[in-house]
Amino acid sequence: MDADMIIRLKNVNFYYGENQALTNINMNFRKNKVTALIGPSGCGKSTLLRLLNRMNELIDATRVEGEIIFEDKNIYAPDVDPVEIRRKIGMVFQKPNPFPKTIYNNISYGPKLTGVPVHDMSALVEQSLKQAVLWDEVKDILNKSAMNLSGGQQQRLCIARALAMKPDILLMDEPTSALDPISTAKIEELIEELKKDYTIIIVTHNMQQAARISDETAFFYLGNLIEYSKTEKIFTKPDVKQTEDYITGRFG
Amino acid sequence: MEERRHTSSHYEKELKEIKNSLIYLGALTEKAIKGAMKSLSDRDSELARKVIKDDDAIDRLDSDLEERCIKILALRQPTAIDLRFITTAIKITGHLERIGDMTVNIAEKAIQLNEVPQLKPYIDLPRMTDLVGAMIKDSLDSFIAGDLKLAEKVRQTEQVIDDLNEQIFRELLTFMMEDSKSIHRALLIMQISKNMERIADHAKGISDMVTYMVTGECVRHQTCPLAE
Repeated sequence: MDADMIIRLKNVNFYYGENQALTNINMNFRKNKVTALIGPSGCGKSTLLRLLNRMNELIDATRVEGEIIFEDKNIYAPDVDPVEIRRKIGMVFQKPNPFPKTIYNNISYGPKLTGVPVHDMSALVEQSLKQAVLWDEVKDILNKSAMNLSGGQQQRLCIARALAMKPDILLMDEPTSALDPISTAKIEELIEELKKDYTIIIVTHNMQQAARISDETAFFYLGNLIEYSKTEKIFTKPDVKQTEDYITGRFG
Repeated sequence: MEERRHTSSHYEKELKEIKNSLIYLGALTEKAIKGAMKSLSDRDSELARKVIKDDDAIDRLDSDLEERCIKILALRQPTAIDLRFITTAIKITGHLERIGDMTVNIAEKAIQLNEVPQLKPYIDLPRMTDLVGAMIKDSLDSFIAGDLKLAEKVRQTEQVIDDLNEQIFRELLTFMMEDSKSIHRALLIMQISKNMERIADHAKGISDMVTYMVTGECVRHQTCPLAE
């Protein structure tokens, strides 16, 4: 069973200055599954997501305790290169943030920058765009600015950009909150497809989205992991009253 | 099942109204069962016809309840306890509507029986009626309170009803063997008894759904004596 786990958190605490944002988190993420992190604003779910590829350390006065084990190693060990971690654990943000470059260069920029030898860049661009189900829409305008794409297309471009780095894990922080329902459905469909090759961890405020696309769901409240179980169980018969109160809208 | 209130008071109100309508529907069916049996024991065909007519109200309330439940599923997308509550409510209203149909069957048979001399004093059937009426009341009370013990009590009583039905069947068989002129009346009484037994099955079905609503576990087919 343990071999199925791609990333393991052991006694993780996280602080913004004096404020403790996460308290003693112990959880394992399953390989090739979609895990949704849910909870009210300020519960620590986005903080946890950013911890998984060391994005939080870009913020001053933050502190991590405990271990986050990925590939048998604590990603916070002093000899681990955060850039390498972020290559293997990619991230897609709430608002689409393409570079003000061409569509092609948005994809090729990351691999070029990290110096990873790419045998055939055009093939990598095509493959990444195909994986993100964007190729058919942009194959004739690869040299046009990415800024001209629609919001939904830009977000899929950001996913393609992350995929071009050949990550193992894809972190998504509310990836559809700025998108219309059709674009949202496309991204959700894409997530279902991507989990064959990648592990996906997604933060979402949209409970139905978590129910639709994730295999497992973790509910956070005030920096604590309250319940973590199969999505079907969380949404039909959660074990913890707080989880039930939250997902049925009896909170606050 | 005491719950915290929903953030949306409209949603809270919609769920409460469904619960109240189910209680009302349960009361209508209980009244129908008692009326159907009284029409037989008092040989009151007028009352039987009223029971048949009043079933329209049960059917209308059933359709209305189902529609409201489906609306909540579509518009509110309930989860966890709310999802289990709504699915249970849909099932319960279906059970109550079928119980209404059974009482119509009983009332129709009562009208036929009232037109011919009474075959025998009715002793077990009124007893069955009291027990079945209590089963429906208990099953709905268990739904309102999320009371698993009460739901279990209903399941236990179902066996008593089965035994009574069996007993009535054997007794009427004797009548039929002794006097072929009694066959028609005996068969009508048997059908009434069978309908009562089916009503008890529906009350048990309601209790099984209550268990699902409270625990999330399906017990519908585990208590069947034929199950392995």
